[in-house]
Amino acid sequence: MSKEGIERHDYDVIVVGAGGAGLRAAIEASAAGAHTALICKSLLGKAHTVMAEGGIAAALGNVWKEDNWRVHFRDTMRGGKLLNNWRMAQLHAQEAPDRVLELEEWGALFDRTSDGLILQRDFGGHRYARLAHVGDRTGLEMIRILQQHAVHKGIDVYMECTLQRLLTDGGKIAGAFGYWRESGKFVLFGARAVVLATGGGGKAWKITSNSWEYTGDGIAMALDAGTDLIDMEMVQFHPTGMVWPPSVRGLLVTEGVRGDGGMLTNNEGKRFMFDYIPEFFRADTAENEREADAWYEDKKNNRRTPDLLPRDEVARAINTEVKAGRGTPHGGVYLDIASRRSPEFIKKRLPSMYQQFKQLADVDITTTAMEIGPTCHYFMGGVRVEPETAAATVPGLFAAGEVAAGMHGANRLGGNSLSDLLVFGRRAGAGAAAYASRTNARAVDDAQVEAAARSMLAPFDGEGTENPYALHAELQETMQRLVGIIRTEAELQQAIATLDVLGERVDRVTVEGNRQFNPGWHLALDLRSMITVSKACARSALMRQESRGGHTRDDYQKADPEWGKKNVVTRKRGGQLELATEPLPQIPEELRQLVLAEEKQPA
Amino acid sequence: MTDETRDATMSIWRGTKTGGRFETYTVPMVEGMVVLDVIHRIQALRAPDLAVRWNCKAGKCGSCSAEINGHARLLCMTRMNTFAPGEEITVSPMKTFPIIKDLVTDVSFNYEKAKEIPAFKPKPKEADGTRRMYQEDIDRVQEFHKCIECFLCQDTCHVIRDHEENKKAFAGPRFFVRLAALEMHPLDTNDRLELIRQKAGLGFCNITKCCTEVCPEDIHITDNAIIPLKERIVTEFYDPLAWVKRRVLSKGAQQPGPGEPEPPSAKA
Amino acid sequence: MATASGVRRIGDRVERKDLWWVEPLIYVVVLGGFVVYATWASLANGNYYADPYLSPFYSPCLAQNCVHPTLPLLGSWWNLSPAILIVGSPLAFRFTCYYYRRSYYRGFFRSPPACLVPDAPKTYSGETRFPFIIQNLHRYTLYIAVLVLVVLWWDAIEAFNFHGHFGIGLGTVIMVANVLLLTGYTLGCHSARYLVGGYLDSFHKASLRFRLWTYSNRLNVRHNRWAWASLVVVGLTDLYIRLVAMGVIVDPRWIS
Ligand SMILES: Cc1cc2nc3c(=O)[nH]c(=O)nc-3n(C[C@H](O)[C@H](O)[C@H](O)COP(=O)(O)OP(=O)(O)OC[C@H]3O[C@@H](n4cnc5c(N)ncnc54)[C@H](O)[C@@H]3O)c2cc1C
Ligand code: SF4
Ligand code: SF4
Ligand code: FES
Ligand code: FES
Repeated sequence: MSKEGIERHDYDVIVVGAGGAGLRAAIEASAAGAHTALICKSLLGKAHTVMAEGGIAAALGNVWKEDNWRVHFRDTMRGGKLLNNWRMAQLHAQEAPDRVLELEEWGALFDRTSDGLILQRDFGGHRYARLAHVGDRTGLEMIRILQQHAVHKGIDVYMECTLQRLLTDGGKIAGAFGYWRESGKFVLFGARAVVLATGGGGKAWKITSNSWEYTGDGIAMALDAGTDLIDMEMVQFHPTGMVWPPSVRGLLVTEGVRGDGGMLTNNEGKRFMFDYIPEFFRADTAENEREADAWYEDKKNNRRTPDLLPRDEVARAINTEVKAGRGTPHGGVYLDIASRRSPEFIKKRLPSMYQQFKQLADVDITTTAMEIGPTCHYFMGGVRVEPETAAATVPGLFAAGEVAAGMHGANRLGGNSLSDLLVFGRRAGAGAAAYASRTNARAVDDAQVEAAARSMLAPFDGEGTENPYALHAELQETMQRLVGIIRTEAELQQAIATLDVLGERVDRVTVEGNRQFNPGWHLALDLRSMITVSKACARSALMRQESRGGHTRDDYQKADPEWGKKNVVTRKRGGQLELATEPLPQIPEELRQLVLAEEKQPA
Repeated sequence: MTDETRDATMSIWRGTKTGGRFETYTVPMVEGMVVLDVIHRIQALRAPDLAVRWNCKAGKCGSCSAEINGHARLLCMTRMNTFAPGEEITVSPMKTFPIIKDLVTDVSFNYEKAKEIPAFKPKPKEADGTRRMYQEDIDRVQEFHKCIECFLCQDTCHVIRDHEENKKAFAGPRFFVRLAALEMHPLDTNDRLELIRQKAGLGFCNITKCCTEVCPEDIHITDNAIIPLKERIVTEFYDPLAWVKRRVLSKGAQQPGPGEPEPPSAKA
Repeated sequence: MATASGVRRIGDRVERKDLWWVEPLIYVVVLGGFVVYATWASLANGNYYADPYLSPFYSPCLAQNCVHPTLPLLGSWWNLSPAILIVGSPLAFRFTCYYYRRSYYRGFFRSPPACLVPDAPKTYSGETRFPFIIQNLHRYTLYIAVLVLVVLWWDAIEAFNFHGHFGIGLGTVIMVANVLLLTGYTLGCHSARYLVGGYLDSFHKASLRFRLWTYSNRLNVRHNRWAWASLVVVGLTDLYIRLVAMGVIVDPRWIS
């Protein structure tokens, strides 16, 4: 394969991924004067961000004047079980309001308060109604506004182009290499800086809210390029996914249902969440149904309903209820808003949930309770970044959005992702542009390109016997069963062994047909990232011998203060994964006090 | 519907821009499946290289547009139980756009049209530095913002579906929705009426409403976006009384005042 | 259809399996039938008044030769049917109505006959050229229609007047129903909806216009039904009065 035959483009900054984080980064880099390209696997505007429903968390203080960045920061840190990078959480809480208002400058139309400001809604783990939203299609509004803004800034967009390798020169970023999905032809980008905004890898699980794009490409590419990953064991299972019919199992039911008054019950009609209030949140959480219900209207004199505890708590509780035989016929629990709010209210506030259940499950949520259960949703872990510029540990590489780690610690609060995308998308774009302006273009190493190209084409000439679809199903089965919500050493060991075998088998995958828009081939390549990411997850999970946030060990059921001071770091050296623990950045004392201070008890 | 599995039979267009044909596949099916699920099964069991676009599987991203039994629909929101048992279902790509492969078409037409629309340009902020908009002002525009860019309306619009030559001068219903959203945005100050009449070719639309019929987001494209825009165009370009009124008013009006104040910067 | 890009070459076979041709056929039959009947009834120049009922096709009646003149603007020299003078205005209103446009473009022009069924004409310029560019003046036909509507309300009120006595007959009921349907149809017109407030970008400081616009919207959502119902009933009103005037049927009266 000669390099001459390969399409090549050169930029100051390339942004990989066109979700909220990628778009925001590209806008910022381009505004800073960098020649910028935006690259994505799907069409523009179809990234995961479009699916986000509930809202963007930002302490605007429009609904509750008491709200400010300190409260938001405290909620985020507590939700993340203090494993967060404190500085990221701080920047996020401080800057989110500006980023949301900026969207309004670009044409976004959030739902309004009666005095014409942005309306905010309740969500799990947030002390005050804090989520700016548009019904239950906030992500759509966000991505469309960013997309249109980016288009008008003249940023070059490469759609349906999948990148497979980051190219390095002397340990520094030199570009990236991938293929056009449409033609299967290779394409090479020379770049001084690369921003990864590729999202997570939840497609490795069977029951998941994630789409085919979520194969962890960005994480795998970064790992190959030599960066550190952290917190890979921290996977969020969203408590409310659809459970029936089977073909939609895992599809997300927004937390907004609970934020707007929905409650969880088991098959005995009991509001079981009152039995699962952990010590850590007891002071912040209502004790009885009366207080919980009053809280929606009066937040000063009542505490939050336990239905809106952070997601990890709720997901575990549901898991326990179902295991104890108190679940629904299809193995979930009930989420009931029908008996608590009027049909008009439900249709106005949750129109797409209403449609989703009506059309896909023949269930009318204004009259019937939904059946829901946990679904794999979000990667808290990922590429380790430096808070101010979102720089990864490899020079020239930046990461923002779900692919990056640290911001959310052991568990992400709902609504904190969309705001994270904006805050750190912008910082990554600025960081990359600044880096690009003070560095020279680096040489692209032909050997790296050729090796990548050869490996990408391997599935076509293999004599192999493996079918990518079947292998993917096996991977999903493995991760679902062995690296799910509740983990044990034995199961994790078994998962790691299975993943090693799958890792060998993926080399024997053979695909039919040619390179032109061939989903079998695409999946064969995506599987490699998925397996890499799954390995990092399973091995990190084995290492962390405690339960914290999205990581629950049946054999170490308590949170261990010692583990609470450490990140699990994953690196690839000599083709092998290496794991280690490293101390968390030290949080300044006054912020620590802020986080640990008990909530004021209601009078 | 029962719990038993039964078979689904689907006739899917397979081919590229050089040609193709319908192939028939039969795969087992379980309760609750949508057409996209069946296509995924066909990929896994029969035709691994069958090309189809999808992402969310929940009618939110607008990737999986195609024509099912001659109706423009989202594959992921079309339940199998809406068909008679045993019925052979025809699935073909959107025919208004150039074919890439199988069910995947080249929708770049839409992305090109999007670039031609002048951006949102807000008026200055309120004196207190906020942006105030009221729900009654934005309800109308929020309907337009529901668009998931599935391009089914573009596919179904006969102006370009049946008359390729009109593609140059016609933006299509999706972009009338977008233009209406901008024109009716309470903060926007850009004037796009000339563009709507000329370059976007609103006059080509004969309000036959197929776009509205297929929109999976139930946007009343024709009634709430296109026709109100047509009325605005009438006032601007065709209504003699409106023209007279403008002349009279502008004669009476004073010289334009000093330029608009600079919007106060986002944060001091 | 230009040959070119698309998958059009998959074949022009219509993939729809439903009875897509029924709808355009109905448009042709009903609209065609109405036009034929209205033309005939307007030229008939007789049997349009059955005291106290005046056929809507002949109202306002503007010539001296009217059986029941509304406003005899034209002298006795006008010896053709007085309907000719005015029937054009409701027809123009309906012809340029956005909803009827949709229906006859589908039914008569077959562009398109139904969604995803190919256009019959080879070339197409929509409403960008003569004659269809005239459709842009729909709001002027609305202005006239509103005037006519006032007259029809007057006629409906007159239908309670049996030689100075208050009364109600079947004809009264029909005439009131007719004018109510016409009102619903007219006030839900897209141009009306625009003119009462739809032209604004912000309603916040225009609460009256906002309310008017909201009311008009409510009618507009079902403009198609108002259109069909008022069309059929206006024809039936004429037919009923005609049959009473001809003595074919006797108008039942409850109070008179
Ligand atoms: C159903 C659902 C509902 C949610 N609701 C909320 C909510 O209410 N509030 C909230 O805060 N968060 C919510 N989230 C989470 C949030 O939407 C995501 O975490 C967030 O959108 C991730 O954004 P991103 O910019 O990091 O990546 P994404 O938006 O996922 O974009 C990833 C991009 O990377 C591209 N990409 C990936 N791999 C490659 C590759 N190899 N080459 C080129 N391009 C590549 C993709 O094409 C895509 O453009 C929700 C998530 C889901 C699934
Ligand atoms: S109403 Fe107009 S834009 Fe919509 S499909 Fe018909 S012609 Fe096209
Ligand atoms: S307006 Fe409706 S049909 Fe058209 S692209 Fe948007 S969502 Fe799809
Ligand atoms: S897959 Fe997203 S709309 Fe069908
Ligand atoms: S009368 Fe139908 S739109 Fe005006």
